[in-house]
Amino acid sequence: MMNRENMSDPRDDVVLEMRGLRIEGQNDAGWVEIVKGIDLTLKRGEVLGLIGESGAGKSTIGLAALGYARPGCRISGGVSLFDGADLNVLSEDELRRLRGVRIAYVAQSAAASFNPAHRIIDQFVEVATLHGACDAATARQEAVALYRKLRLPDPETIGDRFPHQVSGGQLQRAMVAMAMACRPDLIVFDEPTTALDVTTQIEVLAAIKDVVRDFNTAAIYITHDLAVVAQLADRIMVLRYGELVEEGETRRVLERPNAAYTRELLASGAARRVGSHVGRAILEIGDVSAAYGASKVLHDVSLSVAEGTTVAIVGESGSGKSTLARVVTGLLPCTGGTVRFDGEELKPTLRERSSVLRRRIQLVHQTPDTSLNPRQRVDEILGRPLTFFHGMTGAARKERMVELLDQIELGEAFLQRYPGELSGGQKQRLCIARALAAEPDLIICDEVTSALDQLVARGILKLLMRLQEELRVSYLFITHDIATVRAIADEVVVMHQGRVVEQGPKEEIFVPPHHAYTELLLASVPQMDPDWLDTIRQTRMAPAQS
Amino acid sequence: MGNILTLVLKRLALGVFVLWIVSLIIFLGVSMLPGDVATEILGRSALPETVAAFRRELGLDLPLHVRYLDWLSGLLSGDLGNSLANGRAISELMGERLGNTVFLAAVAACVAVPVSLMLGLLTALYRGSLFDRLTNLVTLTWMSFPEFFVAYILIMFLSVQLGWFPSLSTMRPGNGFGEALHLAALPALTLTLVVAAHMMRMTRAAIISVLASPYIEMARLKGATRYSLIVRHALPNALAPIINVVAVDLAYLIVGVVVVEVVFVYPGLGQLMVDSVQRRDVPVVQACSLIFAATYVMLNLIADILSILTNPRLLYPR
Repeated sequence: MMNRENMSDPRDDVVLEMRGLRIEGQNDAGWVEIVKGIDLTLKRGEVLGLIGESGAGKSTIGLAALGYARPGCRISGGVSLFDGADLNVLSEDELRRLRGVRIAYVAQSAAASFNPAHRIIDQFVEVATLHGACDAATARQEAVALYRKLRLPDPETIGDRFPHQVSGGQLQRAMVAMAMACRPDLIVFDEPTTALDVTTQIEVLAAIKDVVRDFNTAAIYITHDLAVVAQLADRIMVLRYGELVEEGETRRVLERPNAAYTRELLASGAARRVGSHVGRAILEIGDVSAAYGASKVLHDVSLSVAEGTTVAIVGESGSGKSTLARVVTGLLPCTGGTVRFDGEELKPTLRERSSVLRRRIQLVHQTPDTSLNPRQRVDEILGRPLTFFHGMTGAARKERMVELLDQIELGEAFLQRYPGELSGGQKQRLCIARALAAEPDLIICDEVTSALDQLVARGILKLLMRLQEELRVSYLFITHDIATVRAIADEVVVMHQGRVVEQGPKEEIFVPPHHAYTELLLASVPQMDPDWLDTIRQTRMAPAQS
Repeated sequence: MGNILTLVLKRLALGVFVLWIVSLIIFLGVSMLPGDVATEILGRSALPETVAAFRRELGLDLPLHVRYLDWLSGLLSGDLGNSLANGRAISELMGERLGNTVFLAAVAACVAVPVSLMLGLLTALYRGSLFDRLTNLVTLTWMSFPEFFVAYILIMFLSVQLGWFPSLSTMRPGNGFGEALHLAALPALTLTLVVAAHMMRMTRAAIISVLASPYIEMARLKGATRYSLIVRHALPNALAPIINVVAVDLAYLIVGVVVVEVVFVYPGLGQLMVDSVQRRDVPVVQACSLIFAATYVMLNLIADILSILTNPRLLYPR
């Protein structure tokens, strides 16, 4: 009953056709075009990958496929034909009758997009009953069937939980199930795996691939990760600044990209460092344990960071990486073990540490948006540590600030700006400059590139490497991204559930034989090869069947 | 559910502590006022000997701390004491007054809460429309006037010119419900106008802030109707702030009525408290303030419990 018959003419295989789509966004200056005339055709059962950095307009185009423009945006031109009707001129009520039934949407963060006040299955049932597709009891059975198909654990009961009681990867699959509720003709996937760990990402990708193929649903898959889109898409459109850069069959685009920009995207993550000389240890962590209340999150972690080198800590979320950073910085007192810095044992809490020690260890956070005070100008942000740690004032301070801005490849002109006027990459550079202002010996980088686009992230990594060569500063680099580790680490520490499972020089860690968990982590990183997902699933199924 | 029980117990204990502090402050505050019940009753011209004798009779010659401990021990054994001014038991004196005040508050709440929640929802739903702007303007205007001014305006139009309601709300024990309602209409309307604006604006703000969440966008993209968007998706997530505002305003209806009661000569607790302060009748003032403080504590506790019950994240921890 929920199986919709194909309403359009069976000979006409095109599900969605956009011609000259233009979308404008509002800023202080007025309306600015953010999508500049995009043509797009999608056939039944076809998966189209939209790829580009943030600001490329890919999400905006995806939402326009549902006839929706975010507040502050408006569709200003072109036609979007779906089943013979132009989505750009349909009334809100007519659009409402298409949304959820014939065109569905899977959002980037399932955790934010599920209503926290309702049970997961109720939100599924809502879609089905809202449009009169079926009654609630049938919809429930349907939900359970889809949960099972998407390989969610406990499909019978998982829907009775609230969104906060389910993990991110499971929630993302529940959202795919919800999108499938009415068997739509078209699903828009808006970066559905960007917020997930590599190990979880595989499961979600595989689930999406299966349902899209089995139900012959057309899909628009939006992502900034070429390797991800390579697994799913039949065709790829590369976008930049709201314009089409290149379009073609997936394999062709990956193997023989025409546009220079596509080649640049393909090459990102290729920045590699060459080995450096190992000096004395600046940071030594010995058998450190830590806990939040009663739950122990770090178990006897030991590692050391040599002067002027980079130690990368890898692991999925929940592995205790960030907790270790909190222990080293003194934000969280450890419950056992010792942390020695430059031969001196560090007191567990920040309060007991001298200001010299605090100066010598600096932290750069994951999200520059929240770690910079939006009400302070750049000169205040940079001036504060200079005055506080080095007693600088007046002209000397100004000179030093300009020098710092030059180091992070921003100019003096930025001194008077507020963080809100900077791009994501510029903000993160500013955070690095703020850390540098203290003249530290060790900088702890907590996922500093994971909120950034690939090209911007590569710029940040290059900057960090250059600064290390010039200043001999050491990095404790926390990340879940293997490509980043390959690019910048000297030593690698693999963490899993609060324990170190493997550690050593990068060359050794990345060369087999690996520890089982490292193997899993490495193998989960999507490769550009379009057959990668199928291959890895076969190899993972094989031992289970034998 | 265990965490709710601990919360209730903790808050009740804290509430008792608050009441004790309140009683201490009120006691000290009233005794710092010039004069006492003896001088107030006997007048300025009374002979010093008469005043001294009267004081001895009432126990006012005892030191401050002895009088306070006396009162406290009486309270702990369930005795609120007697009025200094007329010797009647305070429990008896207050019973009827408390009933009147609660009646007035209830009438005002029955009108104010549903109306302001509805208006809040509707203005959020049609944000930016003429209806929204007009409602905001009118409620904001009412809110900005002092309540005695609102009261006199209502008396002027509804009582003096139209003659629909009495300007003096002299409640008597024998009044029937309809009659009581008629008498309490104007003070209730005044209170409604004063608190409704606050509740409506907070409801509107809470709903609007929730409307910016990704799950609301998701609901729109699922094809949810406007009604379902507000009532099913936004309202449950905006309940906590709304409940808290309603609790504060309900408490205000009990506690903040002093001025309104005085204007309409309504025989409620507020009126009694004002009179008693004038007469320096400390035990009565004490009892009134304790009831007011207890109202605040209880309503806030109820609001907190409701906030937990309506939030699955608190009700069902991971």
